[in-house]
Amino acid sequence: MESTLDIFVKAIFSENMIFAYFLGMCSYLAVSKTVKTAVGLGAAVIFVLTVTVPVNYLLENYLLKEGALEWLNPEWADLDLSFLSFIMFIAVVASIVQLVEMLVEKFAPALYGALGIFLPLIAVNCSILGGALFMQERQYSTILDATAFSVGSGIGWFIAIVAIAAIREKVRYSNVPAPLRGLGITFILTGLMGIAFMAFMGIKYGKDGEDDKKTAQVVVVDDNANENNDY
Amino acid sequence: MSEDVKKPSEPLFSKKNKKLVTDPLTDNNPITIQVLGICSALAITVQVEQGVVMSAAVLFVLIFGNVIISLLRNMIPSRIRIIVQLVVVASLVIIVDQLLAAFLPDVSEKLSVFVGLIITNCIIMGRFEAFAMANKPWPSFMDALGNSFGYAWILILVSIIRELFGSGSFYGIPIFGSPLPGEEWGLYTMGYMNNNMMILPPMALIIVGIIIWVQRSRNTALIEEH
Repeated sequence: MESTLDIFVKAIFSENMIFAYFLGMCSYLAVSKTVKTAVGLGAAVIFVLTVTVPVNYLLENYLLKEGALEWLNPEWADLDLSFLSFIMFIAVVASIVQLVEMLVEKFAPALYGALGIFLPLIAVNCSILGGALFMQERQYSTILDATAFSVGSGIGWFIAIVAIAAIREKVRYSNVPAPLRGLGITFILTGLMGIAFMAFMGIKYGKDGEDDKKTAQVVVVDDNANENNDY
Repeated sequence: MSEDVKKPSEPLFSKKNKKLVTDPLTDNNPITIQVLGICSALAITVQVEQGVVMSAAVLFVLIFGNVIISLLRNMIPSRIRIIVQLVVVASLVIIVDQLLAAFLPDVSEKLSVFVGLIITNCIIMGRFEAFAMANKPWPSFMDALGNSFGYAWILILVSIIRELFGSGSFYGIPIFGSPLPGEEWGLYTMGYMNNNMMILPPMALIIVGIIIWVQRSRNTALIEEH
């Protein structure tokens, strides 16, 4: 079983939303022209992911999953509503984005000024719904794990968009072949950054219980074999 | 809109309607020019089969969605239009997902969350907003057809390149022979090796970048300032 910290670190680096799954590419490409706007959108994504994934986790585990309705009535133990999950998740995301927008506008006008125009965009950002769907697919055992995953994914997305925005600001002064300017070079740069981020995949996070046991067994067998040979 | 009623009805395949189909295939391609729908497009182009299934799913959702939104366009209050659009897409995607899980369980497993992500595929919301909300059902149908084929051919081209050089096959059929140790045949006997880079996700981005490069060298009007 992975620890919560492993899930968090993995979501930032080796399973980065942009470089490993290409989620939220549309806004990633459209809003990465300057670092300032990239920081705004990145912060909004962290914020919305952190709020929506735990809500969807509760929804999944107490409403949609097979047997999830048992707490209401024992007779409903074999009900499986998971086919409704897409429509529920997207409705939750859209309404939470709306709600967050109104709350931020009322209680934190400064933050609203910074995030304002990006919040409505986020309802249709693939990374938000993607976060919910990955959470469903990976079946995290506690809400803490799911939250760690969502915060980590948000931070990973933030790092990716700020990094590409900084590179694009520099690329503006370089002599890029004309047909490749703008979109083309951004694609290739993202690809190269993705290759760099793949280096994180080799890192072993924490103790991988089963693997350790397997290697231990192999070692034991080898020892026996050696002893037998000695005889 | 009211002017249209007085005019004699235009033929179904008028020049304007044909342009709706052909434009998105090249000069107004949803992926390489409008930069929409990249989200779910790149991760599933490792094999041609997945690319074809994904394209078919988007074709289905986009055509039905565009026609439904176009039929409802005068009834949707503009304040809640995003929610209405999301509900229409989500219902269509649920249908696709259930059909795939029932009839093509292997592909459905490989596509995993990316079928669900058709909901937030920017092509679909983009076409609803930009076209179906302001046009009649038939032009919306043509527009959906053009855009989904524009999406499909890029997707299938990328997946052909990645499967051919990454696994040495096309639609699961070996082209360059078999690399299995002991039973090698074809090019592999001469020391040919698959390019494992092609299977990794970042290569999809680089291939699309190169497609954009080729397209813009051919049509210099598309070149961006920066």
